[in-house]
Amino acid sequence: MLDITLGQYYPGNSFIHRLDPRTKILSTLLLIVAVFLANTAIGYAALCAMVLFIILVSGLPFMLVLKSVKPLLFIIVLTLVLHAVMGQGEHVLYQWKFIKVTEEGLQLGVQMAMRLILLLMISSILTFTTSPIVLTDGIEALLRPFRVIGVPAHELAMMMTIALRFIPTLMEETDRIIKAQTARGADFSGGNLLVRAKNMLPILVPLFISAFRRADDLAVAMEARCYRGGEGRTRMHQLTYRSGDVMAFVFAFAMIGLLAFLRWGPKLV
Amino acid sequence: MSIKLEHVSYVYMPGTPYEKEALKDVSLEIRKGEFVAVIGHTGSGKSTLVQNLNGLLHPSKGTASLDGTDLSGKTQEAKQARGRIGMVFQYPEHQLFAETVYEDVAFGPRNLGLDNDEMDARVKEAMKFVGLDFETYAQRSPFSLSGGQMRRVAIAGVVAMNPDYLILDEPSAGLDPGSRRAVFAEIMALYKKRGIAIIMVTHSMEDAAKYAKRMLVINKGQIILDGRPGEIFLKEKNRLLEVGMDIPEVYKLADALRAKGLRLPNEITDAKLLLAEVKRRKGLK
Repeated sequence: MLDITLGQYYPGNSFIHRLDPRTKILSTLLLIVAVFLANTAIGYAALCAMVLFIILVSGLPFMLVLKSVKPLLFIIVLTLVLHAVMGQGEHVLYQWKFIKVTEEGLQLGVQMAMRLILLLMISSILTFTTSPIVLTDGIEALLRPFRVIGVPAHELAMMMTIALRFIPTLMEETDRIIKAQTARGADFSGGNLLVRAKNMLPILVPLFISAFRRADDLAVAMEARCYRGGEGRTRMHQLTYRSGDVMAFVFAFAMIGLLAFLRWGPKLV
Repeated sequence: MSIKLEHVSYVYMPGTPYEKEALKDVSLEIRKGEFVAVIGHTGSGKSTLVQNLNGLLHPSKGTASLDGTDLSGKTQEAKQARGRIGMVFQYPEHQLFAETVYEDVAFGPRNLGLDNDEMDARVKEAMKFVGLDFETYAQRSPFSLSGGQMRRVAIAGVVAMNPDYLILDEPSAGLDPGSRRAVFAEIMALYKKRGIAIIMVTHSMEDAAKYAKRMLVINKGQIILDGRPGEIFLKEKNRLLEVGMDIPEVYKLADALRAKGLRLPNEITDAKLLLAEVKRRKGLK
């Protein structure tokens, strides 16, 4: 139940942890662009080295970051296999009846799999080193300029904050309800889809009721404290860029430059 | 006939920065027919303890067993053993889900695989036990009832499973005094009539003193005191204060009177008894 790594903050006080959330979000986007620019073995090696370097600086346990790949492991393996089997090419490595594994296909498959793994690791470093609340602050700040074209930046951020705030609460609640119904002999496994859906009712009904009750309480509590949207609202923690943020941006752009050079620049080998 | 914990430790979220050891090497035996109060401040491990007692949590180390059957097992036998230990959670009314009171109370018995007649009898009996008139309430929606009534429906849902051991996690939290008294009267009736064991987590020293025959004081995941409430309140006052607990007002008053030179017997469990004693000593009527 509580074993969801994506979006779970890993407390720390490293250089990466202390970066401004805006920097981290934008750098993550830049590094994702860098991943898509890679098309050579050297490029991927550089990216892997970069991810390792960031993990080292952030002080996160390497296995923790690697574990974030697990939920998509199936898709990654499927990508690899499909590309290897379906890929067209001349250099046949292995053939069995109509199934043909070519060098080109395999290469493409490995490339795709690497891409997915790198993307997952990079984005999970963001969520591991940034607490959800700070992350939403960052998103709100980044979206603010788009208010002129009608993006409700504050409202979106508030909705995200509230949703994030209630994930642990609702998970705890779910856990409690599951336990209570288990203690009454409820069985949640087995049976066909319809039976299973019906078995979920004793969990879902109380969960919805409690979610509505909480929403109501929260709305009243916010009104009681005169909440009236983002207009004229000041914040306790002002976001400011520091020298570290500049370094991070330089690093991210340097990565893009390197990968772009490896892709379009003169061939080195 | 007993639930046994042997050297039980329990760790939440092991291997993460949020790792927390909530129970440390706890050994405990609770026999059928006992009325045990479990006290301790918030976060002391009370809830973890009782959830290990009925197999909802499985010990990280050590074993929890009922009459020799390991409660964390996956066998049919283990499942049956868990079924004999009922658990009423805090605010149990938050777990109601069915369209009618009848259906909600019948949920447990139905899961036990009872036939319709037996189930019907159990529901009627359980509703009677918690003081809900069958004709009036059986077909009503549980969500149309008052808080106190909803709680009784939830308790009835566990009672209907005929547990040999009943664990109650703060059964009176958030109830008005009237409903509180009613709920306790029902629990005591259940205890006396069926001879089952009651294990009650509570924050109220008064309730522990009034109802329990045995009291466990939990602090930092360990049982630091285990004995009759009267004795613990009398002898271990300082220890209780140290761990953020208190002694009942009656004991405080009796202490104050003793300090003033009035000779009183040791066991003063409630106000009535104290009054009678004081009157007897002073020759009053």
